[in-house]
Amino acid sequence: MNPIERIEMNQMRMDAPAMRSGDKVRVHYRIREGEKVRTQIFEGVMIGQSRGGVRSSITVRKISFGVGVERIFPIHSPLIEKVELVNHNRVRRAKLYYLRALRGKAARLKELRK
Amino acid sequence: MSKGIIGKKLGMTQVFAGGDELIPVTVIQAGPCKVVQKKTLDVDGYNAIQIGFGTAKAQRVNKPSAGHFKKAGIEVARMLRELRVENIDDYEVGQEIGADIFKPGDYVDITGTSKGKGFQGVIKRHGFGGGRATHGSEFHRAPGALGGHTFPGKVFKGQKLPGHMGSKRVTVQNLQVVDVDPVRNIILVRGAVPGAKNGAVMLRNAVK
Repeated sequence: MNPIERIEMNQMRMDAPAMRSGDKVRVHYRIREGEKVRTQIFEGVMIGQSRGGVRSSITVRKISFGVGVERIFPIHSPLIEKVELVNHNRVRRAKLYYLRALRGKAARLKELRK
Repeated sequence: MSKGIIGKKLGMTQVFAGGDELIPVTVIQAGPCKVVQKKTLDVDGYNAIQIGFGTAKAQRVNKPSAGHFKKAGIEVARMLRELRVENIDDYEVGQEIGADIFKPGDYVDITGTSKGKGFQGVIKRHGFGGGRATHGSEFHRAPGALGGHTFPGKVFKGQKLPGHMGSKRVTVQNLQVVDVDPVRNIILVRGAVPGAKNGAVMLRNAVK
């Protein structure tokens, strides 16, 4: 194995659930406030992912007090306590950037039931 | 004390160091290097060690350098570099230098040969502003006036003009060592390092 692959493999986390675009997820993210470490929960729709081993990340979008907020989480980061899957939604593309232009009822996604 | 090592740039990735933020790193195969020759103030006029890195086939080197390696009693190295040191007695010919001379948290200066960019214009090569693209402008990416008419009647030396860019010796100072693997001789350095992948780089402890 080449050295770069080894460095990346060593940092991979295998505990993330299988997620895809359109899923509603809750990301428990540790944040440092001075000395204290606190866990913050960011719940929203996953609107895209970037794949690349340890460099993988997901983009999560939520509406907070009427304002759209997006956060990008490196999914192998040790600062992520856990990622919870809330539900799957039926979507027809990998990147849901069209949701940014939609508000309210139009921005709803249909849940996928298995 | 000045110390240094020859390495090979392997590429870049990112690490989560110290349970903290994401750090972009360059992975360098640093060493093992062997001291091939000691240059002393009496003989050569300055104190330095010559170190060799990598392996090459014995039949690929010419007779003078074959003799040079034979004298040192070590196998043929792929490349040789000199490193100025204050105290020559710290080193012996044949001594091995590994990545463990640096520790995480150290700062290093890294010298390499930058990627060749070919023949480039003044905008890319010297950061000139260029002209307007549209609105009737006929001046786009040209260098502009070179600063002369009857007086001074010549173009000053050093005038920035188009020409070959890159493939040049470049040193980046004060790069932080993020991690060291002494067994495999791998050093992780924060940030980018001059040159392409598999390019030779020289790591020295930071001068500033």
